Amino acid sequence: MRKQIPRILTIISVLVLFLFLWWAEANLDPYLRRILNLIAINIIWAVTFNLIYGYTGQFSLGHAGFIAIGAYVTALLTLSPAQKEQSYFLSPCIWPLSNIQWPFLPSLILGALLAGVFGILIGIPSLQLHGDYMALVTLGFAEVIRVINMNLQSITNGSLGLKGIPEYTNLFWSWGCAIFTIFIIRMLGNSSYGRAFKAIREDEIAAETAGISIFHHKLMAFVIAAMFTGLGGGLFANLISTIDPNLFSFLLSYQVLTVLVLGGVGSITGNVLASIIYVSLFELLRPIDQPMTFGNLTIPGRPGMRMVIFSIIFVLVILFYRRGLMGSSEFSWRWLLSKLPGLQPPPPAPPPTLGEGNLNRGRQE
Amino acid sequence: MTILKTDGLSKHFGGLIAVSDFNVEIEQGELVGLIGPNGSGKTTIFNVITGLYKPTAGRIHFDGKDVTGVRPDKITALGIARTFQNIRLFSELSVLDNVRVGHHLRLHSSPFVAALGLPAYRREEEEITQNSLGLLETVGLADVAQEEAGSLPYGQQRKLEIARALATRPKLLLLDEPAAGMNPEEVRELMDFIHRIMEEFNLTVFLVEHHMRLIMGICPRILVLDHGVTIAHGTPDEIQNDPRVIEAYLGVEEDEDA
Repeated sequence: MRKQIPRILTIISVLVLFLFLWWAEANLDPYLRRILNLIAINIIWAVTFNLIYGYTGQFSLGHAGFIAIGAYVTALLTLSPAQKEQSYFLSPCIWPLSNIQWPFLPSLILGALLAGVFGILIGIPSLQLHGDYMALVTLGFAEVIRVINMNLQSITNGSLGLKGIPEYTNLFWSWGCAIFTIFIIRMLGNSSYGRAFKAIREDEIAAETAGISIFHHKLMAFVIAAMFTGLGGGLFANLISTIDPNLFSFLLSYQVLTVLVLGGVGSITGNVLASIIYVSLFELLRPIDQPMTFGNLTIPGRPGMRMVIFSIIFVLVILFYRRGLMGSSEFSWRWLLSKLPGLQPPPPAPPPTLGEGNLNRGRQE
Repeated sequence: MTILKTDGLSKHFGGLIAVSDFNVEIEQGELVGLIGPNGSGKTTIFNVITGLYKPTAGRIHFDGKDVTGVRPDKITALGIARTFQNIRLFSELSVLDNVRVGHHLRLHSSPFVAALGLPAYRREEEEITQNSLGLLETVGLADVAQEEAGSLPYGQQRKLEIARALATRPKLLLLDEPAAGMNPEEVRELMDFIHRIMEEFNLTVFLVEHHMRLIMGICPRILVLDHGVTIAHGTPDEIQNDPRVIEAYLGVEEDEDA
């Protein structure tokens, strides 16, 4: 029974979170709801990047590309034919895209799947490379996707972008997807596959001679990450309702990287914390862009001023927490309970023990 | 039954001939030693056999199959495992996880089943954990199973590497200088240990070593390599008295009237 406590606590906290979201959806103003949605979407992106970089050790900067694919596919499928006809005034939208309108869920799924397909196409050449070279190539591919989006006038409406995307994304969609992503990637990370990914990160040659097919596992991590990234992209498009190719420039990939490094490479808890901090700070620092008056001194508003402050905060975090806020450690209920005074923590996780009768058993066939 | 056979195996790095015309035949259950001065190509031979390098010429047959140029992970799956001269562990993973990684190649569950934690996967995971703990027991590391692998002392890291190799269920185990950095007491222990695992896991062992005592003590058959060329092949006694071996190790006396 006591061993079940952490699981029960997890279920309770997820329920509490959804109760809060249910309240927030009805009572909070749209601005705050949007921040909460953005936090969830950033969590999805950070957690998927963690799978590629934190677990498997492959430094990819192609996130913006996968986000763009998810966003465009979902947006094009959910846009109403009337809206498309209105937006595409340079060259009309091609058939059958022009008179398609799907519900949100299948659109999201198709967006994620197509991002996965592009994950395969981009992963096969890029994952042959190592370290910085791989980062450069994936960065390049993401830019290629951006340029293609810019020029496929009759599909993506080019640099005019898409307007009037239905705002389907609400707190339940975004946080539901975020929790699903965390669940899948955490389970995968703790499984035998996760151990294989980490083995590749630690030492490729040793992993290979331990029988792990390096390329297949790298590609597996890359494609799974691409799919969930695309899912986040779809949520993003249907949250902000207007997208254009330049929204998905390499700056977006750096944003995801920043969140990951801030939280700690290899820690999902860190990803979540950092997403909350990053998105909130971005909004909290907004007044800095406005003109400010201190007594007689008036500082004119400079757009981008908050990025300077943000960078300073970021540098300070890295100075004091060199491995990010969480390093590679994860939150656990056991740890929390042991910190709470007056509460008897459940017995520490029993280390896996050798079952009876296994003591003298050698190799099991 | 012959388990490993190489035919005229050669490996050149540009103009450097690291190994030339290496021939060996190892029978099932044998323990064969490979010695030679530094840079004579011993580790290169291991790297070629395990698929890390492609041979320049020659063929490798393992267990009746031609495995020349096969990928390292496939070679491991066929049943050749190895350790490294400069230990290669997954330092940030736990001792237990290092051994569990060695089981991954025999995993049946798909990533989908694993990510959802379905019962089929949970059964396999339990079996992997039990088996790994059994292996750690065998090499005497059961009590440090939860430690980080990189934090272990040197001797234990060597044992962990062997445990990880055993986890892949090899038929042939290649040990690259297992006694490096060990004191005489530890070397004696290692000799017993190698005999024990050979018996317990029905292994064939091919061993590279510098440590003469170890190799003369346990290998009934020894090959000597110098500058990539096999210069002698025989029992420890024959090797010890072979003038070419003495020459390779101690150098040749200058001609008196030169």
